[in-house]
Amino acid sequence: MQKSRIIKDKTAGATMLTLTILSIVFVVVMFVGLYLKSVPVLEGKSMWSLLSSSEWKPLKGEFGFLPFIAGTLWVTFIAILLALPVSLFTAFYLTEYARPAVRRFVFPALDILAALPSVVYGIWGTLVIVPLISDKVAPHFVEYSSGYTVLAAGIVLGVMILPLLVSLFIEVFGMVPQDLREASLALGATRWQTTRKVVVRKTLPGILASTVLAVSRAMGETIAVLMVCGCVMAIPKSPLDSGYPIPALIANNYGEMLSMPLYESALMFAALILFIVVFIFNLLSRIILYRMEKTS
Amino acid sequence: MKKTFPKQPRRGNTHEVQLTPHKRSAVWGDHSKPKARCGAKRIKEALAQTLMWLSMAVVVGMVVSVIWTIFSHGWKAMSWEMVSSLPGGGFYIGKEGGFLNAIMGSVYIVGGSTVLGLLISVPVVFYLNIYLKPGSKLAYVARMAFDVLFGVPSIVYGAFAFTIMIFFGLRTSLLGGIIVITLLIIPIFIRTMDEATREFPRDILDATYSLGATRWETLKVVLRQIAPGIATATLLSVGRAIGDAAAVMFTAGYTDSIPTSLSQPAATLPLAVFFQLSSPIPEVQDRAYAAALVLTVIVLLLSITGRLISNKFSKNKV
Repeated sequence: MQKSRIIKDKTAGATMLTLTILSIVFVVVMFVGLYLKSVPVLEGKSMWSLLSSSEWKPLKGEFGFLPFIAGTLWVTFIAILLALPVSLFTAFYLTEYARPAVRRFVFPALDILAALPSVVYGIWGTLVIVPLISDKVAPHFVEYSSGYTVLAAGIVLGVMILPLLVSLFIEVFGMVPQDLREASLALGATRWQTTRKVVVRKTLPGILASTVLAVSRAMGETIAVLMVCGCVMAIPKSPLDSGYPIPALIANNYGEMLSMPLYESALMFAALILFIVVFIFNLLSRIILYRMEKTS
Repeated sequence: MKKTFPKQPRRGNTHEVQLTPHKRSAVWGDHSKPKARCGAKRIKEALAQTLMWLSMAVVVGMVVSVIWTIFSHGWKAMSWEMVSSLPGGGFYIGKEGGFLNAIMGSVYIVGGSTVLGLLISVPVVFYLNIYLKPGSKLAYVARMAFDVLFGVPSIVYGAFAFTIMIFFGLRTSLLGGIIVITLLIIPIFIRTMDEATREFPRDILDATYSLGATRWETLKVVLRQIAPGIATATLLSVGRAIGDAAAVMFTAGYTDSIPTSLSQPAATLPLAVFFQLSSPIPEVQDRAYAAALVLTVIVLLLSITGRLISNKFSKNKV
């Protein structure tokens, strides 16, 4: 009787250990799988020429990723630029000023923003943001714009990463000991001075790490961006140009890629680039956040 | 810190007040400091608060804008036929039919992957928190791995799963969709449940051990305690699973019928929205809005239920 219970305990432990290790291994398998698939295209050209060329002619075997990388960077940059101040100030209010009534109102709103599917944001982008840009914003700067621009994609993406940023910031600000705030307030500082000079100064690495996490999330967003970015294979020169980020490239061409091994390989290389960037960004920022959590 | 100290305006600094009596402000009364500085700090405070209110207005405004857009466009095309019938002969040129195929496909994929996801992630969370000692290296690495997997975009999951399926000679199918969505939601499951389990009181564990329970037998106790956490995690995962389009695009494919076996392709709601929206015919586009409305309502219900559960949970927390 006693023995069978111990055996059960050990077997369960071993099974769970296997499951846990399998999940860790999965990260490696994913990398290796994508790498093996992108070997053919890497054999033909050097990594650098793939990343820096802007010739994209799958039929001739020319694969230059520069327009797509530029598109991804533009879209991500605009999204972060718009979302960062809004989410910072929202998080300031929710953690430092905290009126329960406001919280009851804003938290569900953030919940909903986080839960809405990508494709819903895509529709919202095409129905609201795109006409707004082509009718109201673009005429001030350029002669004609369809509205399907990196700016539109950036705005949609900015809204999508808002809830992630706010929840990360709230977590980070929560690590600041209450004593520090009280000490500052006792010296006669206003709440805003306390926020700026105590909370922000104490959590600067955390704010940075959270932003990096949000950047990596923004880079991989596919459907919503695909629906509003315009998908033109050129390097965007201004926010009012169309762009073609990497995820959109993969999603748009998955059907055609089967016909040509090299094409498939190039798209898998695109996925590999995304994976590596996201991996590094996530790892770095998580390490920073773990450290902060430990010391607080 | 020492350098900035004298610059700080301080209340009741008698020395300063004595030196500059003319600066006493009528507004702030007797105990005031130099007027200009005091004003500046209060103006900044007001400005910062205004910015915060504005930011929150933006957040709430965006939610209202998105929901309003979907409801106002989706409502027009919404009908019982849409949600209860399969696409008819001329569905994609605006004739009769609905998108029941996509609804059922989504239900199958989400249902299957949620069950699989729970079966895999509950043991992992239990192992990380109960079997491993706090501060274990393996737990650290595992948590890191799940954090990274959580960040991997769904399009990468889709592309990866697609190559694996080709490698094994599989076609796009319901099974492929279920597997890739399971992989996608496992990190969400684990992270959310792990957070709930970490707050688990160690005393209860010690109590079960002292009664002679093995670690495996404490599962009964732990599960009961973290049940609300599991519920929240499930709702979150279902929400993510039902809305994901990029991963199922590669793996589940699209079809006009309801799949009857695991090897048949399956349609999903987000893809139904996406494909119908790219049609040039306005009637078909309207149906995309209707499908988006269905999707939004489901997600809203999940989100509200999740909030209610976590509110209830935090009320009873020890």
